[in-house]
Amino acid sequence: MTKFTMTVDVDKCTGCYACFLACRDEFKGNDYLPHSAAQPDSGQNWIRVEETERGSFPKVKISYTPIMCQQCEDAPCIDAASDGVVYRNEEGIVLIDPEKAQGQKAIAESCPYGVIFWNEEKNLAQKCTFCSHLLSKDEQPRCFEACPVSAIQFGDLDDANSAVSKARAAGADEQLNPEFGLNPVVSYASLPKKFITGEVVIKNGDTEECLAGVGVVLKGSEQEQSTVTDTFGDFEFDGLTADTDYTLIISADGHPPIEQTVTTESDVNLGVIELG
Amino acid sequence: MVRSTIGRRVDFPGTMSAEILSQMELFMAEHTYTNLTNAGPVSVTVRDDKIIRVRPLAADPDDFKPWSIEADGKTYSPPKKFNISPFAFGERERIYSENRIKYPMKRVDFDPNGERNPQNRGKSEFERISWDEALDIVSGELKRVSDTYGPSAVSGMTSSHHNWGIVGYKMGPFWRFFNQLGYTPVFDNPDSWEGWHWGATHTYGFYWRLGMPEQYDLLEDSLKNAEMIVYWSNDPDSTRGIYTGQDSAIWRQWLKEKDVEMVFIDPFQNYTATAMEGKWIAPRIGTDTAMALSIAYVWLTEGTYDKVYIESRTVGFDNFKDYVLGSTDNKPKTPEWASQESGVPARMITALARQWAKKRTVLSAGARGGEGGACRQAFGTEWARLMVLLQAMQGLGKPGVSIWGTTMGAPFDASIWFPGYADPDGRMSTSKAADRRPENPTPQRLYRPDVPDAILNPPYSWLGEGFCGQSLEQQFIPYTYPAEGCSEIKLWYRYGGSFMGTMNDTTKWVDMYQSPKLEFVVNQDCWWQSETKMADIILPACTHMEREDLGEWGTGNGYTQHASNGCNFRVIVRQQKCIEPLWESKSDYDIFSELAERLGFGDDFTEGKTDKDWAKAFFEISDLPDHISWEEFDKKGYYIINVPDEYEPTPSLRWFAEDRNCDTPDLGNPKRTTNEAAQLGTYSGKIEFTSESLSEHFPDDEERPVSPRYIDSWEGHKSPLADKYPLQLLSPHPRFSFHTHYDKHTPSLDDIPGHRIKIDGYAYWPARINPEDAAERGIKDGDIVKLYNDRSAGVLCAAVITGRVRPGIIHAYASSGVYDPLEPGEPNSIDRGGCVAMLTPTKLMSKNVPGMAPNSCLIEIERWEA
Repeated sequence: MTKFTMTVDVDKCTGCYACFLACRDEFKGNDYLPHSAAQPDSGQNWIRVEETERGSFPKVKISYTPIMCQQCEDAPCIDAASDGVVYRNEEGIVLIDPEKAQGQKAIAESCPYGVIFWNEEKNLAQKCTFCSHLLSKDEQPRCFEACPVSAIQFGDLDDANSAVSKARAAGADEQLNPEFGLNPVVSYASLPKKFITGEVVIKNGDTEECLAGVGVVLKGSEQEQSTVTDTFGDFEFDGLTADTDYTLIISADGHPPIEQTVTTESDVNLGVIELG
Repeated sequence: MVRSTIGRRVDFPGTMSAEILSQMELFMAEHTYTNLTNAGPVSVTVRDDKIIRVRPLAADPDDFKPWSIEADGKTYSPPKKFNISPFAFGERERIYSENRIKYPMKRVDFDPNGERNPQNRGKSEFERISWDEALDIVSGELKRVSDTYGPSAVSGMTSSHHNWGIVGYKMGPFWRFFNQLGYTPVFDNPDSWEGWHWGATHTYGFYWRLGMPEQYDLLEDSLKNAEMIVYWSNDPDSTRGIYTGQDSAIWRQWLKEKDVEMVFIDPFQNYTATAMEGKWIAPRIGTDTAMALSIAYVWLTEGTYDKVYIESRTVGFDNFKDYVLGSTDNKPKTPEWASQESGVPARMITALARQWAKKRTVLSAGARGGEGGACRQAFGTEWARLMVLLQAMQGLGKPGVSIWGTTMGAPFDASIWFPGYADPDGRMSTSKAADRRPENPTPQRLYRPDVPDAILNPPYSWLGEGFCGQSLEQQFIPYTYPAEGCSEIKLWYRYGGSFMGTMNDTTKWVDMYQSPKLEFVVNQDCWWQSETKMADIILPACTHMEREDLGEWGTGNGYTQHASNGCNFRVIVRQQKCIEPLWESKSDYDIFSELAERLGFGDDFTEGKTDKDWAKAFFEISDLPDHISWEEFDKKGYYIINVPDEYEPTPSLRWFAEDRNCDTPDLGNPKRTTNEAAQLGTYSGKIEFTSESLSEHFPDDEERPVSPRYIDSWEGHKSPLADKYPLQLLSPHPRFSFHTHYDKHTPSLDDIPGHRIKIDGYAYWPARINPEDAAERGIKDGDIVKLYNDRSAGVLCAAVITGRVRPGIIHAYASSGVYDPLEPGEPNSIDRGGCVAMLTPTKLMSKNVPGMAPNSCLIEIERWEA
């Protein structure tokens, strides 16, 4: 069997939007029946790139997350459609039949990921097809081809040697919005989560110095994590769970340890922490 | 029933000849052409004479022979693909844009034989006229003005980058035509990296590269040796080595995966910084030089600099040292001092200085390919000089110690020569591919940053030939407009129309256009741009996909020789005509051919050649015929120049650090093949902490002193004007468009929120503001805001509230392609297109330095209620 999917490494994505523009080039004004009808001039982003800003000046992190049809195992669009006009093809790709699906607005409204669009003029729900019209010609999806850093991978999940299988094995196994409970086949690495950061400083007379090499430990319900401050006295714990209480312990030789409770209601910048 | 190429239904008779059938198949079939953009090579799919797809050039995988670099037990090799810039995926939209100039046009209230109404330029509408009428008027005016006032009364100027190819590039037909006619050329300025040209050249030479160092093999050197990279006012992920698309993005991923430490110094957390993470340090605008001096202070006082290198490879160090230590002005340039200026904590500067000295550090300073703000502001010469000098203190040219933008310097076969548009042999006016090479006899010149000032208020004087790379002394030549015996400008021939978004204080351009001093204004372009409407006659040109051409990806050569080593594969592309020119547009070559014909020098202009004949002529003077025949190249559409198996890297400036002859293929280096080949291009042949060229020509200049100094900006955070306009505007080169190009004409870009933000259906230019500054002014994310100062009534933008900018800074990219005054034709109108260049000063960098300084700009910002 073939089960095409994509993986996305958010850590690699630079937010260049080449994927989005390549998708527009392929589909805007171009019909590929029976795979897809043309995208209208604007308003449909079959792949969109979401910018997430975390933290606060000057400890700010920006992530870009490309989001296309997630190819859910429990696809609500298939359930919302009547007469089987939304179906999974032999290669595992969920497709909307552009010739038979007219008038079924419920398809567009069924998707919590917001990746199905309603084309008023065509009276048709439309979405990403993984460029299925190109796959049949042994070509690749345009977004995948356009990505300069291979943040997007494409391939057959049933082939253990495919790029997507390898990416999943290497950790690209996170679901986007798992709370939707739809078992998406598309998976991610490094989706943005909460982080805690701070800067350890010591005073020598009138001058302040960044303190490198200071051990910092973070304890929470999960496994304990530790790090050391870098050249600039900075430390950081990323990938943390939201709304969770953590205990942070900073211990530098010759200084009393500092212990602090930190809650990840949002990202936390503890700012300058001066050792006594 | 079939469709013909022009989309009409055609009924064919029941029986058709084989000939008709095969022609039909030709019409019906999809055909894929090759072409080249300023952002990479493309395959263009055409069906029924309509482009349906533009994708990265789909070359035969067997044509690629990827290079590989071994470093720390790992092999780095690029995938067999071309990574074009994002906006190039919008090429199809741009070509079919509603903003194309479709027909020759005449301003309705312009009568060449009666009232000309210059005051209505930018205000009045246009009417369609025939090509014959348009060309008659334009050739008639060229003749009248030239005959009446002399050829110096004719001037004109091209914009850069809108198309690609050497036959049809801006230096091609335009220059050939005007050289033959005689005219007043306009000197360009190196507007993207000013400080390097006017400053760094006097420190380490490289004037033949306009101040930027050679970049050969620095990818390999960095992968093998670099332990840290300091990106200083540099966003290579956005500016992409100018033309080399996204090919270098993977290099930086490799360096990140190798855990090379990275530091970013920029008031804006730029896109490279967000992608690479690392340490972000955000100084106030105008204070980078102070920070740099304090880094030198730490090294001097802690003894952590390369004393042997200083002794043997540099001159004039003591003078510099005295200044840094404060012996001459009682002001030691300590990190605490720099902290007062820059707002960066002193401890951070000290930590950076120490780490820099301890690790093999690449300085990735914003120059060509980076284009940050630090080199494009008041006294930007001083910062650029210090970038060179800091690296000199750490042994510039030694393994892992380089000045490297991270966008050039892949393994590269430089032995095969192919002309770029900036090479004399790559221009049809001066190339050996031409039989005749007309020379412009007119001595008069204008200087681009100040064209309106010169035209409106002559006489106007300045120093230097601008974009000049033949010698250091060219920077010192005094010019005055009007030149002796020459006329003021009466006819302005504009090719392109970007300046409202790219020059400074650009209201002045509107004033100039509306002046009766300009008796006639032409605009020739593919699209309606910010200046188009200010013409009397508009001529529609076609794009590079509607004519024949050829070119190399990634380089114009000239003063940036071998810039295509920013691409993973060197590729020469036959730019095949994909479709007929749209509407009534014509190629620039055809337009100038027809004008030349009317002016009596048509045969001299064309030499009887079509554009494809020129393409073949350029091919034939290159080294390509040794590798591929014209016929095969023409048909296949490209040739990849792979790196030979026995490739020997020659890292930039290693030769200088090791005091041996230059071994890089830096063709412009005039000493390279002489007995001075171990020397730099400075007077002393070494790195000059005290510049000998400046000592000779401007020994008393306090604004570009012989040894670099920190000088308070003439428009900075300490200026009296800051009381009224407390915010500093940072306007670097944009990320999602190429200057003004692709903006406005590529609607999908308006759906990228980093590029434009739609509010009530209108796509505004984003202005980024720190939450603190926003709160003080009651500005919320997504509000329409007005940016203003004494130079502009206001530019409307969409507020983006973000921690990516330091407090006190507004970040809004330069180069909006949309100029949309609320009161059309009114120079002082508020613009809602996002032309923040209307706010920036035309004051030049310093007394003797004619560089642009857009990043020395104070503004205020407020919520806009329509």
